[in-house]
Amino acid sequence: MAFDEQAVRLRACRIRKSIIEMIGAAGSGHPGGSLSAADILATLYFGDVLRYDADRPDWPDRDRFILSKGHAAPVLYATLAEMGLIPHDELLTLRRLGSRLQGHPDSRKLPGVEVSTGSLGQGLSIAAGLALGLGSAEAGAAAGGFVPAEAGAGLGEAASGTPVAPQPPTVYVLLGDGELQEGQVWEAAMFAAHRRLNNLVAIIDNNGLQIDGRLEEVVGLGSIEAKFKAFNWQVLQADGHDIAALKAAFTSTAKLQAGPVVIIAKTVKGKGVNFMEGQCGWHGKAPSVEQCAQALSGLADGDE
Amino acid sequence: MSEKTAPAKAATRAALGDSLVELLHEGVDVVAVDADLSGSTTMAKLGSVAPERLINVGIAEQNMIDVAAGLSLAGKVAFTGSFAVFGTGRVYDQIRNTVCYANLNVKISPTHAGISVGPDGGSHQMIEDIALMRVLPNMRVLVPADYASARQALRLAAFTPGPVYVRLGRAALPQIYDEQQRFALGNALLLRPGTDVTLIACGAEVAEALTAAELLLQHDVHAEVIDAFSIKPLDASTILQSVARTGAVVSCEEHSVIGGLGSAIAELLAENPGLAKRPLARVGVQDRFGTSGNTPELFAEYRLDGEAIAQAALSVV
Repeated sequence: MAFDEQAVRLRACRIRKSIIEMIGAAGSGHPGGSLSAADILATLYFGDVLRYDADRPDWPDRDRFILSKGHAAPVLYATLAEMGLIPHDELLTLRRLGSRLQGHPDSRKLPGVEVSTGSLGQGLSIAAGLALGLGSAEAGAAAGGFVPAEAGAGLGEAASGTPVAPQPPTVYVLLGDGELQEGQVWEAAMFAAHRRLNNLVAIIDNNGLQIDGRLEEVVGLGSIEAKFKAFNWQVLQADGHDIAALKAAFTSTAKLQAGPVVIIAKTVKGKGVNFMEGQCGWHGKAPSVEQCAQALSGLADGDE
Repeated sequence: MSEKTAPAKAATRAALGDSLVELLHEGVDVVAVDADLSGSTTMAKLGSVAPERLINVGIAEQNMIDVAAGLSLAGKVAFTGSFAVFGTGRVYDQIRNTVCYANLNVKISPTHAGISVGPDGGSHQMIEDIALMRVLPNMRVLVPADYASARQALRLAAFTPGPVYVRLGRAALPQIYDEQQRFALGNALLLRPGTDVTLIACGAEVAEALTAAELLLQHDVHAEVIDAFSIKPLDASTILQSVARTGAVVSCEEHSVIGGLGSAIAELLAENPGLAKRPLARVGVQDRFGTSGNTPELFAEYRLDGEAIAQAALSVV
């Protein structure tokens, strides 16, 4: 799948529509932080970044994506529906009794969800352990990581048929910026850098808002960039709604082999729905029927 | 314990490092994730034969549990360390929301559980861990009584997919079992037949219950002693059959009487018509914290020793 910026943009628009439809149908959920992450997930899944086989969600050599900010489950479900892993109609079962689409992602119920999340602050640790276990070539030698037995089987061949060194899967993990207030994130950051996990990429959905208000008013983070740099991470910045910029950042991570990389994606909470943008009141509130219609018509305009 | 057996003493924690090495040599893809206590937990033994398999996260227990979760997602059989007070209590949310909720193949195997930790005092004496782990869906809870049963508990944990808690202690305990003894999830062991009262114990209290059974002979009371090695799943049939026979029960645990083995037995009896009115005494820590002291002193102070169990038995027969 070659990178096609316009195709990714259309996917992102459809993901946003699905988010509104499903949260509207459920009558509860988290639209703000789902919408802010839509372009990030669209670029990861449909911008030739994440390596996966939509027909085999348990393919051992796939790259992994962990949604550490589990409350943004709708953006993940909408993305999995775009992949074809979930029938589009099933999205409307979100949060209903018996649905695979739990309020927060449940890996026991839904293929394509690597691990259950919902309690903030845990995803980076899980991702670090997974990256270590899958085998980080450099880290393996440097800090005792694992070299997977059959990593890259079927992938280790270049187009010419020349064998190349197997590339272990990359683990991508999306965190909210408010989530960075959880102390465990920094335990994991320290660990991942110490282990030089160069198959680990964290993305921060930096929308600046949390439930109770602006991050800088609740408990200010200061410079996210300076913090990760101080923890020996390689830091990239990107406009989290600019598909080309996100793609460029993801491409750069492949060249940064010294250890883990974080992409700080500057985003707007509620992005794409004008009355939700920048409003922390839309963190965990469902739109009414009228508001859904208004949001969907606005998104249809953006489809052009 | 009777005098004639002259048992060898060993701590259950010593089984952790030995079992991990044994499992590795058997080809199990085992890893140990510890938080700066690998000497105390004995996980360092695995590191000495396979350095890459001992993952020390530093003093960061929350990260320890979730790194183990990630390693399990990569196919590893991941054992976690630290002391029980930190390795279950401090990381309860990580165990609940990641390990158990996602039903991951992570083994919670911290050491230094119970008040037998001794001089370190109440901050380090974990007496709520059985309760915390027992209440979690998908979690199994094993409480070995000596080194040999700890080896078996750790093997069972390794070969049982999903979360298992194995409660390990610091203090050296008398030998109860030989190496040939086999254990299974959901199986209690009848150690001594009796007719008048059933003493159901786990962990360090198994040896104390056997002592109590000897003491009770002086009162012409013949106590049956059961090792409730598997607290979850609990061996309901062995326990119910024994209680139906003897008519009285004493639970014995180095743990709070709230939420642990005694509670599990009380729940079981209460739900079984005909047995609900059998007298039950719960020997354990009576809703208080631990304190500094050596292990025998603490077992006397907290009424956990054989004499206290015998007195509790006399109150129900």
